[in-house]
Formats: sequence, structure tokens, C-alpha cells
Amino acid sequence: MNIHEYQAKEIFRKYNVPVPKGKVAFTVDEAVEAAKELGGKLWVVKAQIHAGGRGLGGGVKLAKSLDEVRHWADEILGMTLVTHQTGPEGKVVHKVYIEEGADIAKEYYLGMLLDRAAEMPVMMASTEGGMEIEKVAAETPEKIVKVTIDPTVGFQGFHGRKLAFGLGLPKEEVGTFIKFASALYKAYMDNDAEMVEINPLIKTGDGKFLALDAKMGFDDNALYRHPDIAEMRDLDEEEPTEMEAKAHGLSYIKLDGNVGCMVNGAGLAMATMDIIKHEGGEPANFLDVGGGANPETVAKGFEIILKDPNVKAIFVNIFGGIVRCDRVANGILEATKITDVNVPVIVRLDGTNAAEAAEILKNANIENIIAAENLADGARKAVAAAKGEL
Amino acid sequence: MSILVNKDTKVIVQGFTGKEGTFHASQCIDYGTQIVGGVTPGKGGQEHLGRPVFNTVEEAVASTGATVSMIFVPPAFVADAVMEAADAGVELAVIITEGAPVRDMMYAKMYATKKGMSTIGPNCPGIITAEECKIGIMPGNIFKKGNVGLISKSGTLTYEASHQVVQEGYGITTAVGIGGDPIIGLSYKQLLPMFEADPETEAIVMIGEIGGDLEIQAAAYIKEHISKPVVAFIAGQTAPKGKRMGHAGAIISGGSGTAAEKMAALEAAGVKVVVSPADIGKAVKEVLTK
Ligand SMILES: Nc1ncnc2c1ncn2[C@@H]1O[C@H](COP(=O)(O)OP(=O)(O)OP(=O)(O)O)[C@@H](O)[C@H]1O
Ligand SMILES: [Mg+2]
Repeated sequence: MNIHEYQAKEIFRKYNVPVPKGKVAFTVDEAVEAAKELGGKLWVVKAQIHAGGRGLGGGVKLAKSLDEVRHWADEILGMTLVTHQTGPEGKVVHKVYIEEGADIAKEYYLGMLLDRAAEMPVMMASTEGGMEIEKVAAETPEKIVKVTIDPTVGFQGFHGRKLAFGLGLPKEEVGTFIKFASALYKAYMDNDAEMVEINPLIKTGDGKFLALDAKMGFDDNALYRHPDIAEMRDLDEEEPTEMEAKAHGLSYIKLDGNVGCMVNGAGLAMATMDIIKHEGGEPANFLDVGGGANPETVAKGFEIILKDPNVKAIFVNIFGGIVRCDRVANGILEATKITDVNVPVIVRLDGTNAAEAAEILKNANIENIIAAENLADGARKAVAAAKGEL
Repeated sequence: MSILVNKDTKVIVQGFTGKEGTFHASQCIDYGTQIVGGVTPGKGGQEHLGRPVFNTVEEAVASTGATVSMIFVPPAFVADAVMEAADAGVELAVIITEGAPVRDMMYAKMYATKKGMSTIGPNCPGIITAEECKIGIMPGNIFKKGNVGLISKSGTLTYEASHQVVQEGYGITTAVGIGGDPIIGLSYKQLLPMFEADPETEAIVMIGEIGGDLEIQAAAYIKEHISKPVVAFIAGQTAPKGKRMGHAGAIISGGSGTAAEKMAALEAAGVKVVVSPADIGKAVKEVLTK
């Protein structure tokens, strides 16, 4: 789960990771009020969406007066912000963060995530802070300094020194930097973060380190022990159909094609998308019905797939392990009672109780339910059906 | 022959008396697996599925001589269960549970490694030596005995692959579902040499997924050390960038971990890479009749 910059900065404050003063605002008036309360003569109005690249996309603006705060808040609130991370459809801005303007002497990058090879968290820093860290990673990876941190010993001075000297910091700044990095490590570990990123981390004119940007993502499997973070979920940022699916134990992602897919297991679901494309079709979605599929969840799966008007055929590809095929077959029949399934459904059931499942479907005798012999046959039939050629 | 487990392997179940534990343990027993007991704290002394229940893994191991534990406890208790098994001298823990926090697995695996215990999973179908020993949730009837070793990140794709191999007239020595979480136990790189050393295994099927770089590591290993033919399929060739496909492991970030990259690396290592998941069986036949 991802959170907004203003929420990540709240967490930073709690862990003594230095951040500028700031306030979140939902309306233009609130934005002006926030700027007044913060005081000073320079503010930054920042769009709050779950995506990076806001600066380049026009979602981060400097204001030198309260009038300018009003102007930019009015401009940004409600706008559809398109950045390299939002996709071409962009994201609507529902809130802005009003922050005191910082005196930037130098911009750095600092981030943390899991190093899968080392099976430990890794902290990364770079002198190339600012708005295009992806480019740095791709073109000049040597400009990124990394330390993996064994969580059984935690963040040590040497970790900090390696990063600080790697950044070329003068020795009188090393201590302050280590304090900063160590606080960030604690914020990451304590909260089961999946990633944290500060871009830019700045050094101010008077030699202090400050997190100007803050992005955090968390391990969904650990949210149960962080109710404060779970509460930060912003429903505006979630795809409503995907949320609905999740509430029923399904994992759904909408895609652009016209062959709906209902599969058990993430791997087989991806492979099903691959084979549909391989057979000349386009998948309309990824849908993993998971291990707990029963008639209700399968019926829900149909309902969700059919919400997409592009869907011209549905390929049900179930290999029975935990999910027994007879249960899936019953789910398909149940679904045809609950939801009006008005497109051809190509069904391929194999594995545990596959024979019983075939019997159930055959006895039901429903016209638009077409049985497939195997994976390739199912994919071919589904693609043909979507093209109206079956 | 086979790898890791066989008909003589003694297995206990952690989370024995729960709903999932009960259902799958009884399926394993039906398959012929030597399930010699289970652990459910507080239920020690009782009997379940005709086997003794113990309060601790230590007691279970001492009294049954089990060397493998199959873990079905709820996600929040997985790390504890894994560490308890390691502490009790279990040699291999097969972790079926889905949804364990990454941080927990990080600590649990470190501790297991320190104690010399291997792990498989979490969030995986388990391990099966065909017609001898099933430790997990896979439909046993799919795995006919034969000469193909199978390693897979994805559960249902494991069944699919085995099914295809059997339909071509071959069978499986041992199949291992390694799981697709960010931190997993035994992976391709540790399992490949076991299959290379197993006299019965004549070919190896490797099923991968987008995300991470385990398949790339495997490719490098195969090039240097594996003489047996390897067939591979990588799921997620058409997954849109930046979208998450249910598995924490299935994330593409930047240019790394894409299916294309992995397929190219494996091909360069001499692996027979199939583009369609329906061609796994055919490819096995091809490499075995060459
Ligand atoms: N409080 C501030 N004072 C002065 N300048 C700021 C402040 N906050 C942000 N900026 C400037 O605006 C730029 C963009 O802001 P920020 O990094 O927060 O968003 P972003 O563009 O979404 O980040 P990214 O590209 O890393 O995803 C920063 O690099 C910095 O130069
Ligand atoms: Mg930034």
C-alpha cells in the first residue's frame, strides 16, 4: 500500500527524520489558511497523488505571496496530473500539501528497499538528486552508493559513513547525515515499509539535511500490525473495481483487450494472458480467483469481468489444486443465475475432480458455455469467440 | 531416486489441527506420505487423523524422528513456526502459508540458515516426489513417476507443467514449488545441482515469473554447471509495466526482471525456452528424444 507525501512526512516527524513544516489542504481556502499559519514568505504548493514526477508534470509550484498560494492551489486542486508514473490517463488531484519553501544548497537522493539477492534491506544514496533518478540508475549506476543492512545488527555508523563519504560530504557533515539516515532506517523497519524514497534530500544553506520529498510504500501482509498506517489508505487512489474484487478475495487488474480471463493462481493467470496474446488475442484483465474459490467468489469474478464493456468472451482456465474443479463448475452455473453472462464462456477445468466438473457442466446444458480440451485449445477458442468466429 | 524427499521421509505438520492443515495433511496421508504427527500448541497428547499431536516441535521431533515439517499456521505466526522448527533440528521446512510479512521471513530465513535448516516457500504448493511423498497442497494424481525434475515459482503452473509432461508420456522425479514472494527458501540455484546429481532425472523444467532476478542467476548457473537439458517458461511476458499481478514478487521495476530479459538470459545459457505455456510438454519431449 502506498501513501501520500504528507502522510509519509508525518511518519518522518515521528521518527525525527527532519522535514520542512507543512500542512495538507483539501480546498483553496484551506490552502491559503495553511500558508498563513506556516508563516514565512515562500511556500510550495504540492499536488498529493500516489505518483512521482509531479514537479515535471506541473504539480509542484513555488508561491511568493498568499495570492500566489491561492492561485496555484486553485490551479492544482481538481487538475488531472499526468506524469511518467501515472500513465497517459493521469490522476485527479484531490488535495495539496502546503510547505514552507526551503533554501536548497544541494540536492541528493536517499532511498531504501529490500535487496532480494541479499535478503536484507538496502539503503541507496546519490549526489544526483532532483527529478530524474530513473535516468541516473539506468545511465550512470556508479553514481548510486548502496549499503545492505543486516537487520539483526541494525544501522551502524559504518553504513552511514560509507554513504556519506560516497556522497563526498565534508567530514563535519558526516555526523548529521548519519543521524538522518539512521532515523530513516528505523522508520522503514518499524513500519514494515516496502520502500521509502527521499528525492530530493537537500542540504540547506546553513548545512542542515532536510527531506523535501517523501514516498513510502508498505508490505500489505504486515498492515494488520500497523492500524495507524492501514488507516492512511486513500480510496481515491485505488481502482474501485480492483478494490471490490479484493473485498471478495479476488485479485483483479483491468487491461485493454477483449478476452476476459478467470484463472486460479497468479502465475497461471499471467501465463493465460501470455497465451491469449500468443494466439492473436488481447486479454481484457488479469483475474486470480485464488485458493478460496467457491460458487460465490467465482460468480463475483464473472460480474467484475463483465463490468468491462469491451469483454467479448471469457476464458475460464482452472487447474485444480486447492480449488477443486467441481466447485468451480458449480460457481460457473451459479454465476449464470446471478449475473447475466451474455458472452461465450470457454471453460478449461483440469486437476482435482476434473471429471466430476465436466459432468456437472455437461448436465447443465447451457448454450454459451463451451468446453475446452486443454490450455492451447481453450486459448484458441476464446480468441476466436472474441472475434465472433466461433 | 529423487531429490530432498522420498517414501522414507518422516513429516510432521505445524498447524495440524486447523482447517487447512487437516484437509491437506489427510490428502498427504492418502498419497502415502509418512505424516508421523503434528504440532498444535495446547493440544498436545491428543490424536488427530490417527497421529499424535504435540505441543512443541521439539517433542514431535524427539518422539517421531521427523526430519521435515509442513507449515500451515496463519501468516502472523509463520516466522515463529519456522524458527521453532529450525531450533528443534528439523532439516527442511515446507511453508505453505500465504501472506507472511516480508520482514518476518527475512528474520526466519536467517535463523533457519544459521541452524542449518532448508526452507521451501512460503506461499507455495510444496514439494512432491512422484508416487512416493507429497508435502504440500498439489493434486497428487497429476504427478506420475518419471524422469523430469520440476522447479516452479507458481503453484498452478507447476500442475500445468507436470500434466503436460505426463501427457507426452513422461513423468516427474520431484517437483518443487518454490513460491514467488520477495524472500523464499530453496531456489533454482540450489535445486538445479540436486537434479543434476540425481541419476533418475534426465531433464529439468523451470517455470519462472517476472520480477526479481532468480531466473537470471539460474541462467548463469546452468551455463557453468548443468549438463542435463533444461526447458523453461517465464510467465508475465504480456504483463503491463508497473502493474502488480497479485504476487509481491511479480513486480516489474525499471528495466529489470522483465520476462524478455529472463528468456534471453536462459536462451543464452542453452536452455530451451518456450513462448507459449502450452508448449512445455512438447519441449520436454523434444529435448529428451534429441
Ligand atoms: N519545500 C520546498 N521548498 C523548495 N523547493 C521544493 C520544496 N518541495 C519541493 N521542491 C522542489 O520541487 C521539486 C519537485 O518536488 P518533489 O520532489 O517533492 O516531487 P516529484 O516531482 O513528484 O518528485 P519525483 O520526481 O522524485 O517523483 C523538488 O525536486 C524541489 O526542487
Ligand atoms: Mg521528488
